[in-house]
Amino acid sequence: MNTTPRKMRSALGRVRHHGASGEGTGHFLGQRVSAIALIMLATWFVLNATLTMDGPSYVGAIDFISDPINAVGVVLLVLIGLYHMRLGMQVIVEDYIHRPATKFVLLLLNTLVPLALGAGAIFAILAVNFGV
Amino acid sequence: MAGASRPGPRPLSPHLQVWRWHVTMLSSILHRATGVVLYVSMIGFSLWLMAVAAGPEVYAPIGAFLASPLGQLKLYAVAAAFAFHLANGVRHLVFDTGVGLKPSDAETTAWFAILFAIVAPIGLWALVRFGGLG
Repeated sequence: MNTTPRKMRSALGRVRHHGASGEGTGHFLGQRVSAIALIMLATWFVLNATLTMDGPSYVGAIDFISDPINAVGVVLLVLIGLYHMRLGMQVIVEDYIHRPATKFVLLLLNTLVPLALGAGAIFAILAVNFGV
Repeated sequence: MAGASRPGPRPLSPHLQVWRWHVTMLSSILHRATGVVLYVSMIGFSLWLMAVAAGPEVYAPIGAFLASPLGQLKLYAVAAAFAFHLANGVRHLVFDTGVGLKPSDAETTAWFAILFAIVAPIGLWALVRFGGLG
C-alpha cells in the first residue's frame, strides 16, 4: 500500500515518527544551529539581566524590557530557546517513553506548549513597549 | 521482531549499577538533567514576561517570590544549570568536529564543564554582590 514505491514504509508509519523517518539530519542541524545562537544570546541575557536589571521589582522588569536592544534580544532568546528546548525534549521523550499513546500526547504537548508560550511572551514584550 | 521466539539466553548489556563510574557518564546525565531544568525555567521565563505585561497587580507576588531567599536560590540554581549546559554544549559542538573524543580528553573536558558550572555562578553572584553593578 506504499504510495511511494521506493520507501519501505507506510504513510502512517512515517507520520507517527516510528523509527527513522528521514528527518534526523534536520533535527541534528536545528539543534546545533540554535545551540550556537544560544551560546551568545543566553550568555548575553544572563549577564545583562543579573548585572543591569534593578532586581526583580516591577519597575526594574519594565525598564529592562523597555530597552529596545533588550526587547529584540529577549524576543530572539525566547524564540530560539523554545525551539532548542523542544528539540531536546523530543529526544528525551523518544528515548524513555515507549507507550505509543503517551509518547504521542507528550510530543504533541512538546510542540503546542512552546508555541503558546512563544506567542504569549512575544505579545507581552510588544505590549510593554507599545502599550497594546 | 515482536513475537519471534528467542533461541536462548542472550548476553545482557551491563546495567548502570555495574559499570565502573566515569565522569563522562556524569556529564552526559547532567546535560540532560540541566536541559530539563532549563526547559522548566524557560516556561517560567515566558510566564514572567506575560506577568510583567499584565501589570503591577499580577506581577507583585511573582516579583516578591523572586526577591525572596527561595526565589533567589532558584535563580542561582538556574544559573548553575545554564553554566553547565553551556560548557558541556560547547564540548559537544567540539566533539561534532571530531576533536576531543579520546577518552582521556573527554574526561578532562567533562571535569572542566563541571568546574565551570560551580565557579561561574559563584563568580556571577560575587559580581552582583560585591561588584557594585547590581
